[in-house]
Amino acid sequence: MLKDLFHKKRQYATLATKAEDRAKGPAAAPRDNIPQGLVNKCQSCGALLISKELQKHLNTCPHCGYHFPVDARMRIDITLDPDSFFEYDPGITSVDPLSFPGYPEKLRKAQEATGLLEGAVTGEGTLDGHPVVIGVMDSRFIMGSMGSAMGEKLARAMERAAQKRYPLILFTASGGARMQEGILSLMQMAKTSVALEQLHEKGVLFVSVITHPTTGGVSASFASLGDIILAEPGALFGFAGRRVIEQTIRQKLPDDFQTAEFNLKHGMVDKVVDRKQMRDTLAAILRIHAARGWANAQ
Amino acid sequence: MPNELEFEKPILELRQKVDELRQLMETTGIDLTEEVAKLEERLAELSQSVYQGLTAWQRVQLARQPGRPTTLDYIRGLCTDFVELHGDRNFRDDPAVVGGIGLLEGRPVTVIGTQKGRDTKENIYRNFGMAHPEGYRKALRLMKQAEKFGRPVILFIDTAGAYPGMSAEERGQSEAIARNLREMAGLRTPTVCFVTGEGGSGGALGLGVTDRVYVLEYAWYSVIAPESAAAILWKDASQAPRAAETMRITASDLLAFGIADEVLPEPPGGAQKDPAAMVARVKEKAVQALEELSRVPIAQLLQARYDKYRAMGSFAER
Repeated sequence: MLKDLFHKKRQYATLATKAEDRAKGPAAAPRDNIPQGLVNKCQSCGALLISKELQKHLNTCPHCGYHFPVDARMRIDITLDPDSFFEYDPGITSVDPLSFPGYPEKLRKAQEATGLLEGAVTGEGTLDGHPVVIGVMDSRFIMGSMGSAMGEKLARAMERAAQKRYPLILFTASGGARMQEGILSLMQMAKTSVALEQLHEKGVLFVSVITHPTTGGVSASFASLGDIILAEPGALFGFAGRRVIEQTIRQKLPDDFQTAEFNLKHGMVDKVVDRKQMRDTLAAILRIHAARGWANAQ
Repeated sequence: MPNELEFEKPILELRQKVDELRQLMETTGIDLTEEVAKLEERLAELSQSVYQGLTAWQRVQLARQPGRPTTLDYIRGLCTDFVELHGDRNFRDDPAVVGGIGLLEGRPVTVIGTQKGRDTKENIYRNFGMAHPEGYRKALRLMKQAEKFGRPVILFIDTAGAYPGMSAEERGQSEAIARNLREMAGLRTPTVCFVTGEGGSGGALGLGVTDRVYVLEYAWYSVIAPESAAAILWKDASQAPRAAETMRITASDLLAFGIADEVLPEPPGGAQKDPAAMVARVKEKAVQALEELSRVPIAQLLQARYDKYRAMGSFAER
């Protein structure tokens, strides 16, 4: 299985789209720390890492295990079986319902920088042979914030999972609701939650995978509603921002506050899973849920 | 009158003049009836023009006036035989959320809401109406109880937001709110909520996924408080008035976006000027709404609730 992953990696390393994105000019330079270029410095241990080596390790530091972010396309590549992905609703895009100052420009820049129309990619595919509906948020796209378009994409993916009875896997990465869409962005929490209630009622598995960072309105809606909640090491996962809390309680918070490990300790996630074990862990969960055999099971 | 806001001062001054003139009339016996009548007329005009032309920020200030009816005031006005119920059965009782059972014109209801205090001491006890996870979990417990016994649920929202504190995070503020959103979507009993003052983000929505949403005339409801929005947008919390306009958080905005089903007019100058009238109006609306909703078969009610929230938002498809 792991061998498959590394094989996939080589495919990814030769993807032409990234180079194209970069060729689009200064607007294409994202503010995140997704590894780009030939050499990247590990934020945690300071090691200099050649990008090929980094990619071989699925964007984790081979020395200290630090998890660099990955974009939505790469996440799909390293999670699903090769060439099994079929994308849903690629044409859904945001509008500017509040005529919010600067929002159309912000959207355009995010689209140019990521090559995506919106901050989540959804679709279906197979994982170790099991059909799944998958959704991946991309933290490069206005901090992965959820506006109406993202809410719609995710809600449709949830509805399809319910119709097809395919397990749903969502990789979350978001600063929360997208402020530029005001109350409509808040209501995406409700929209995705009513769709998840339907999925829940139908008894379909939903696995939520928390990646860095997952906060605010996304943390307080679907990210926290998985039947099983996995998290990548070190991923920030919480409702309120550290600074807001420090200002409210007027004391400094511990360093590990709201990390995946903190959440594990407090019972808010089921398991912290290293990126290199994520696909295997998901496969095991899918295998267990696909298995039948007890006479009186529903 | 305590707690007058800056923009209300001209009204206050004119009212004082009217009162002085009246007193003069009484003490001296001079007939000033005509002058008093004229001034009263001007007072009414001034009052109307001030309150009709309120900016978003002035509305936010009105929504925060401490004299406004609180959730417990509404509950006392709506219900007879109200029995308050406490605790989430897991950790503790959160005083920032109150709830219980009672009779609304003789029929059983469950009533839940965020609770602010009237003064500093009460506010410290109520945590300024900002709930911890156990507050949301208490609310959910009472909602599931209502479902079991076939009681409709009435919710009152008046909170700056869910409490941003360390213990709230440790106990799963996100999970508590998220669970409420999903469970409220599937609750097999009619639900209505009233946004009576502040509707602060996820902390408000955590009690607000309901069949009907009514917003009081001067209430606000937003993804982020105006001060916080200003701090993010312009790195300056004092730009809150500008943020309040930009974020489109007033009752009429909420109606236009399809978030509010109806805006409930407040007494002249706001609910705090005539709490009894406001409570009566809310009661009337609650009775009417539940009368309508209780005639709808549950499956149809849930489908309508699904369709309503599923349709929220604004996007394009290429």
